[in-house]
Amino acid sequence: MHPIISVQELTKIYDMGEVKVHALRGINLDICQGELSSIMGPSGSGKSTFMNIVGCLDLPTHGKYILDGQDVSGFNKDQLANIRNKKIGFVFQTFNLLPRTSALENVELPLLYNPGTRAKERRERAMEALNMVGLSERAGHFPNQLSGGQQQRVAIARSLVNNPVIILADEPTGNLDTRTSYEVMGIFQQLNKKGITIALITHEPEISQFTSRNVLFRDGKIFKEVKVATVRNAVEELAALPPEDDDLNA
Amino acid sequence: MKILNLLVIAYRSLNKNKVRSLLTMLGIIIGVASVIAMIAIGQGSRDAIQKQIASMGTNVIMISPGAGFRGGVATAAGSAVSLKMDDVNAIRANCPAVKYLSPVARANGQVIAINNWNTSVNGVYIEYFDIRDLNIESGARYTDEDEKRAAKVCIVGKTVSDNLFGADVDPVGQKVRIRSVPFTIIGLLKSKGQNSMGQDQDDIIYAPYSTIQKRMRGSSTDVQQVYISAISEADIPVAQQQIDSLLRARKNLSLTEDPPYMIRTQTDIAQTATATSGTMITLLASIASISLLVGGIGIMNIMLVSVTERTREIGLRMAIGARGRDILRQFLLEAMLLSILGGLIGIALGVGVSKALVQFLGWPVTLTSYSIILAFTFATIIGVFFGWYPARKAANLIPMDALRYE
Repeated sequence: MHPIISVQELTKIYDMGEVKVHALRGINLDICQGELSSIMGPSGSGKSTFMNIVGCLDLPTHGKYILDGQDVSGFNKDQLANIRNKKIGFVFQTFNLLPRTSALENVELPLLYNPGTRAKERRERAMEALNMVGLSERAGHFPNQLSGGQQQRVAIARSLVNNPVIILADEPTGNLDTRTSYEVMGIFQQLNKKGITIALITHEPEISQFTSRNVLFRDGKIFKEVKVATVRNAVEELAALPPEDDDLNA
Repeated sequence: MKILNLLVIAYRSLNKNKVRSLLTMLGIIIGVASVIAMIAIGQGSRDAIQKQIASMGTNVIMISPGAGFRGGVATAAGSAVSLKMDDVNAIRANCPAVKYLSPVARANGQVIAINNWNTSVNGVYIEYFDIRDLNIESGARYTDEDEKRAAKVCIVGKTVSDNLFGADVDPVGQKVRIRSVPFTIIGLLKSKGQNSMGQDQDDIIYAPYSTIQKRMRGSSTDVQQVYISAISEADIPVAQQQIDSLLRARKNLSLTEDPPYMIRTQTDIAQTATATSGTMITLLASIASISLLVGGIGIMNIMLVSVTERTREIGLRMAIGARGRDILRQFLLEAMLLSILGGLIGIALGVGVSKALVQFLGWPVTLTSYSIILAFTFATIIGVFFGWYPARKAANLIPMDALRYE
């Protein structure tokens, strides 16, 4: 399989004046087209730094990063912004939706920074993305009118709208309860089945069981890599959960 | 990044915070409105003064005797008897740029008819009416014959007529006693109303010069003041020059000596008044500009708060592909939109206030397009100037840190 992400000897050192913090100490990892993988590790293990570099929000101190066949390790700020806009979709723990802005407009946002898209096309693509996460009927709702799970689904739609080569999710279920976590993981699994490459950070072992590949970070290095033998199906597990009276997301 | 997309982004951001946007704009609104209204008031009073100066008459030159000296003590201007009837006649004979000429003899006194009234009585030649553009409402002017005979005829203003005979009564043909001398009213002046100083221009009586000079002032050769009309506006300085040379020659004065008389022209007075009102306009406009500047600082203040408050939003925008300059432009555009919208509303308000001042207070107010353009341009520049720093601050945020900002 063609690797979407390929990092070689990735090192990141934060210079805090007197102290130098070695956040990453030589990471080698390939993530291939169509993979659904999870990155795990305790806090301070370097997984967030890794995600920042993979997400083109930060540059490595040493090492090589090839994204979709392009070496981005030496890119400048504007080039990185352009790469983020065209090739990467972000999902955050805290959703980061714009308040008082409709779901549709939130999803449209990345396309506003893409000069090639017209207003009509923006709307259509945003609707399509909302449709993929099953929220086309809530297009006009503001974030505060949506449940946590729905907000995260809007955020996933936003990450999809620019047809990225990879979706990077940083603790996407960190702020959600079990049911909505399963719901969000169900969406990720469905998208993955359509061929979308997804990498997510989590510290919940249970969530990592919904992905086929687990990469464990420890002290700035990859400690262990596990192929998940039997990937759990989030949609089925959600259906198997006992029904809740106050379930808003059913 | 297309400018249209940026406009959409900036507009959406402002629209989300309607009340705050409006409050931010308020400074600019008030600033622009006050610049426009203040300049309109200044311009209006300038126009009113100029209109009043124009109402003095056409191409007017006034000669008054200067202040006299009695034993080294200066007496009031006009008290010196430095102008004689001979001088007046000499001007008439020797100054070709002079079209009309009339000495003025002023007196005050009690006027008695059915009622009585105290007013000023001016003795003037019939030409005076041409110099001052005075028109007759009913009756007629007196004639040169009346002037020669020192006839006891007079022309009264509307205020005098109303007070003597009651409102809207035609006084022509009536007899009045001015300082116990009996006169016949032969004409009623067309009303001129108040001048901008609040002086009633209809509270006056005109009679032949010789009549007033002989019967009320007791002297036949001293002249209090001379009104002259030059042939054209361009001839005002020519006429002034001719009169000055003539009078200097007649009084054996060299060119460097201060003459014992004063020649003032309508142009001089207009220039002085224009300079004065120009100073006033500048003063009013600068005070208003300060409020515009304060409005600009208000924009910067709110934009800075907004940048801090929206740090995570900025982080998100950067994460999904906004470059530093996109963020800079967005915030700059927000500041500009605020100031431009504020400027437009301010123009509407300023024009409204100016119109209301005319409508309800009767102030002389003149709206000028230059003040509107000036205020609007100034407001836009202020938007860019004060929007720059907060926008710069937003653009320099580091996306990772901004995303985690609490």
